[in-house]
Amino acid sequence: MSATDKPARENEFQVAHHFDSADVQFDAGRMGIWLFLVTEILLFGGLFCAFAVFRSWYYADFVEAHHHLNRVMGAVNTVVLICSSLTMALAVRSAQMSKTKLTSLLIGVTLALSCVFLTIKFFEYSHKFHEGLLPGRYFTAEGFHGHHAGIFFAVYFMMTGIHGIHILIGMGLMIWLLRRNMRGEFSSRYYAPVEGFGLYWHLVDLVWIYLFPLLYLIG
Amino acid sequence: MSVIAADDDLEGAPRPRGTNYINAERGIVSWLTTVDHKRIGLMYLGSVLVAFALGGFFALLLRLELLSPGHTIMSANQYNQAFTLHGAVMTFLFIIPSIPGALGNFLVPILLGAKDVAFPRLNLLSLYLYWIGAIFTLSSIVTGGLDTGWTFYVPYASTTNTSVLSVTFGIFVLGFSSVLTGLNFIVTMHKLRAPGMTWYRMPLILWSLYATSIVQILATPVLAITLLLLMAERVFHIGIFDPALGGDPVLYQHFFWFYSHPAVYIMILPGMGIISELIAVHAQRKIFGYKAIAFSSVAIALVGFLVWGHHMFVSGQSEVAATIFSFLTFIVAVPSGIKVFNWVSTLYGGSIKFTAPMLFAMCFLFLFTIGGLTGLFLGMLSVDMHLHDTYFVVAHFHYVMMGGTVTAFLGGLHHWWPKMTGRMYSQKLAAVAAALYFIGFNVTFFSQFILGTRGMPRRYYNYLDQFQPLHAFSTFGSWLLGVGFLLMLYYLLKSLKSGAIAPQNPWGGKSLEWTDAASPPVTENFEHRPVVTEGPYEFNEGKS
Amino acid sequence: MRLTPIDIGSFWLPRQTSTLAPEVDAGFHVVYWLSVGFFVLVVGAMAYFAVRYRRRREGEKTSSIDHSTALEIVWTTIPALMLLGLFAMGLKGYASAAVAPAEALEIQVTAEKWLWTFTYPNGTTTVNELGVPKDRPVRLVMSSKDIVHSFFVPEFRIKQDLVPGAYTTTWFQATEAKDVAVLCAEYCGTGHSDMGAKIIVMDEPVYKDWLEKGGGASDLPPAELGKKLFTQRSCATCHSLDGSRIQGPSLKGLIGRSEDLEGGASVKVDENYIRESILNPGAKIVRGYPAAMPTFQGLLKDREIDALIAYLKSVN
Ligand code: HEA
Ligand code: HEA
Ligand code: HEC
Ligand code: CUA
Ligand SMILES: [Cu+2]
Repeated sequence: MSATDKPARENEFQVAHHFDSADVQFDAGRMGIWLFLVTEILLFGGLFCAFAVFRSWYYADFVEAHHHLNRVMGAVNTVVLICSSLTMALAVRSAQMSKTKLTSLLIGVTLALSCVFLTIKFFEYSHKFHEGLLPGRYFTAEGFHGHHAGIFFAVYFMMTGIHGIHILIGMGLMIWLLRRNMRGEFSSRYYAPVEGFGLYWHLVDLVWIYLFPLLYLIG
Repeated sequence: MSVIAADDDLEGAPRPRGTNYINAERGIVSWLTTVDHKRIGLMYLGSVLVAFALGGFFALLLRLELLSPGHTIMSANQYNQAFTLHGAVMTFLFIIPSIPGALGNFLVPILLGAKDVAFPRLNLLSLYLYWIGAIFTLSSIVTGGLDTGWTFYVPYASTTNTSVLSVTFGIFVLGFSSVLTGLNFIVTMHKLRAPGMTWYRMPLILWSLYATSIVQILATPVLAITLLLLMAERVFHIGIFDPALGGDPVLYQHFFWFYSHPAVYIMILPGMGIISELIAVHAQRKIFGYKAIAFSSVAIALVGFLVWGHHMFVSGQSEVAATIFSFLTFIVAVPSGIKVFNWVSTLYGGSIKFTAPMLFAMCFLFLFTIGGLTGLFLGMLSVDMHLHDTYFVVAHFHYVMMGGTVTAFLGGLHHWWPKMTGRMYSQKLAAVAAALYFIGFNVTFFSQFILGTRGMPRRYYNYLDQFQPLHAFSTFGSWLLGVGFLLMLYYLLKSLKSGAIAPQNPWGGKSLEWTDAASPPVTENFEHRPVVTEGPYEFNEGKS
Repeated sequence: MRLTPIDIGSFWLPRQTSTLAPEVDAGFHVVYWLSVGFFVLVVGAMAYFAVRYRRRREGEKTSSIDHSTALEIVWTTIPALMLLGLFAMGLKGYASAAVAPAEALEIQVTAEKWLWTFTYPNGTTTVNELGVPKDRPVRLVMSSKDIVHSFFVPEFRIKQDLVPGAYTTTWFQATEAKDVAVLCAEYCGTGHSDMGAKIIVMDEPVYKDWLEKGGGASDLPPAELGKKLFTQRSCATCHSLDGSRIQGPSLKGLIGRSEDLEGGASVKVDENYIRESILNPGAKIVRGYPAAMPTFQGLLKDREIDALIAYLKSVN
């Protein structure tokens, strides 16, 4: 992230004062991002644990509840995110090759795909709200055999909600990257922010790739 | 470097000082926007000291209340808020950020021979996050208090009508601050070591800060998610922890201790690092068992992740789990023992000078050994059944947190004070303060071991009459502690105004901050980029 | 409320009045003396070196021995072995505490803010007083109505949390016929430190008799019985008799005063209102107070309620 600390306004990237060389600075930035991603994994790790615990206790209720998720929407969203991961990877590559226009285009597509994701998620959520498939005390849906479907939805909303917040933050970062890219700040000499964001975005994608089967598919 | 004189007789003619990091730029704005790790460290230092004074103020209040059973100066609810805020402020606002934030920020780059940490702006951000978190946490004082204990056990914390939300949110933010510091240190140590600074030439405090940073990065996110779940439970009643909806209160305890046990190593490891430095420098003796000390830090950090269940032996977790946790708890005591033995061996054949930092280091060995050994009582399944949630636990953790970490912090503060401020303080007054601190501490907390084994539960506003003498004795000790701290405050502040000008190397240290950096250092730390050719503990050069 | 005192048996520990206590204490003493030994070793060596190697002149040459693999191995393995021993001792005591003998007498314990209810096999219930026979194992099956509490008997060396929504168990066998203090050891709010109870250990025949009479019914005059019940049944945890506010309103000068209720109405306090307040506290809530009072329906007999009313009248 340090690389982002010192924006090189005139296309000419300058090494921050306390680094020996641009290489060291890049390496440091990359290491910082990786460590940050580790914390993200642990953050979600806690939720995955909670999911595992409650699923094993209330197995039948969880299976019953998961049928109320919309697999089609979930699957479409999975595809959307995988595509966005691909376009982001391509964006990093094109930034490395100093193809500024192409980079902007690819980031733009990634941004658009994340909008699609959130839109679908919005419809999913409003559906759940409508049917009273809500966490804990607000669970009002009828016709369930078990008593613990509310817990399933608590976990569901916590996980997908926090994941959604990550998507939102990612969108903000993409807009920021786009602006900097249009000002021509990224080139084969300096593309660390694009790369760092790329890693973040892959992680967000990866988390969803775990969420989707766990919540929507396994019964 | 043989300027080994550090006494009041140094108050000679002050020589004029050139520019350094403190006077390089002036004005409050230059401080608030600085990216200099030394200035950030100094601001951290000020902030954590204020937090400590606040936590100490609550401590004095609650000790005063315990002078007699029943009502002494406050009501039961006020008492519950007093110990909650005392615990929360001391843990989250003081002890966790204290050594890494204040001394670590100041020292890490200098000890490595670098100009700054890897991500200077992130470093400043972490300070701001600390302030924001502190404001949220402390705002509870005026918005209804907080009475959950620092552990926020549910369902109490999800149902009480005090301001749990603002505090948990504050601690959530403080967690980010802590993660950023840890992340910064790890990258800095990997990428910014000066030429010749190999891993085994790093002063031991860096090893322990490295181990601390690992714990910060791996454990803190779990606290973040726990607090988020708690907030969601309070606001939306999502039922994860609420038994009425099928949730599980014991699950919360697992989540909480999964962070908070490793957090006790976030607290102690940096302190252990400081002790390694103090003992070596003030005994002018090559450290004994460098690698053993270095690797035991890493071992503590890693095994420390697997023992959290020892806080829950009687909470209703399964017997098998309790057995495993007890076993691992004993394993983690071994590396602490290794450190203690190596420190004592370092004193063998040394040239020990009883400077203030050395006195604190010896206090540490005394107090931490008691604290650690009483941890073994608590790790024993059967004995913990009797001692859990009694004053024995309170005494145990004050001996390790205050007797260990705070003592080490004070020692470090006295050791690097000349480097940070460029001034010497009075060694005589410092020795008096250390003695008051040592006596006051033992009076306050040793009596609590006896209270605990006799069956006095913790978090008790009111207690059996038979416990009064010991409680009164403990309260008396807390006043001694207060006087000791006031004295410390006095001579440290005085040194800023009229203390002797500190030489570059008052203690004869061999690490880079003493050999290559001025007191106080210049903005980018060194006039010339240091090149390291030997380890930091070679005290015998040029001596016959 | 006045708690039962804890009998102290030795400098460190309370008197041992259960079969488990000696076993726990054996572990305590082993770890205690081991700690004393290591403490003397560490601090003794430190003090000796500090004197022996104090700085006599500046620039002394110091030892350059920088490690010793043999020593490292010694002080890793010896403590490690000792720690294994401690672990085993702890486990042994814990195992005896975990498994109750099959013939144990079973009593249900319910905790709530801030009182204990004990239900015996014959359906009798008592509040804040647990009668048990001497020399017979007793198994407690425990749960909480609201938040986490913890059942702590210092003289028995047992402690077990009570968790809402789950059952936990513990057991003991008392060895002396005497009153034994029970304390709540898990923080539970305002009344935490007053949430005490008393175990009355009785010889078997006395216990039978006691249980027959529904838990120590007494033939005291009503006002005196009421006074006793007022502390025993934990009314005093929430109500003062000197006009000061605790959790609930003070009950000083209760009879005849006019009370503003939540929702605007007001009521003049008479015997019926007190009775209703005890049995159905949710029905009329005094303005400015939370609806925190638990119901005593089924926990107090008519005679006891009358006694309480008589007592409250007497402190007018
Ligand atoms: C700085 C913080 C710190 C440190 C370092 C420790 C260190 C240890 N702690 Fe402590 N602990 C706390 C802070 C800390 N603790 C806090 C805050 C709580 C309470 C939280 C709450 O409930 O509010 C707590 C509670 C706590 C409990 C739960 C008690 C209960 O609630 O019932 C237990 C139980 O096992 C425990 C054990 C240990 C052990 C075995 C160590 C070991 O790591 C100690 C190792 C050190 C030594 C052993 C001494 C030096 C060694 C020698 C001299 C060698 C010779 C000795 C041998 C190896 C035989 N601690
Ligand atoms: C770092 C951690 C830390 C430190 C240093 C302390 C320090 C002290 N603690 Fe601490 N304590 C905790 C962490 C800490 N505590 C925690 C985590 C709990 C558990 C809370 C819970 O149960 O939830 C606890 C609980 C706790 C209890 C138990 C309460 C109960 O269970 O009912 C008691 C009782 O005696 C106590 C007493 C003290 C005392 C007397 C000090 C003294 O040592 C304090 C000495 C300090 C001073 C006297 C202030 C000095 C300052 C000045 C004189 C002014 C200087 C001014 C400036 C710098 C501007 N503490
Ligand atoms: C957990 C706390 C608690 C306990 C235990 C408790 N009370 Fe109360 N009591 C309250 C509170 C709070 C109120 C006020 C709210 C209400 O009216 O319900 C109250 C109200 C009352 C009132 C009405 C007072 C008035 O001013 O009108 C009476 C009478 C009373 N309690 C008697 C008792 C008796 C007798 C006992 C013991 C057998 C007892 N209470 C135990 C909390 C408690
Ligand atoms: Cu019930 Cu504490
Ligand atoms: Cu622990």
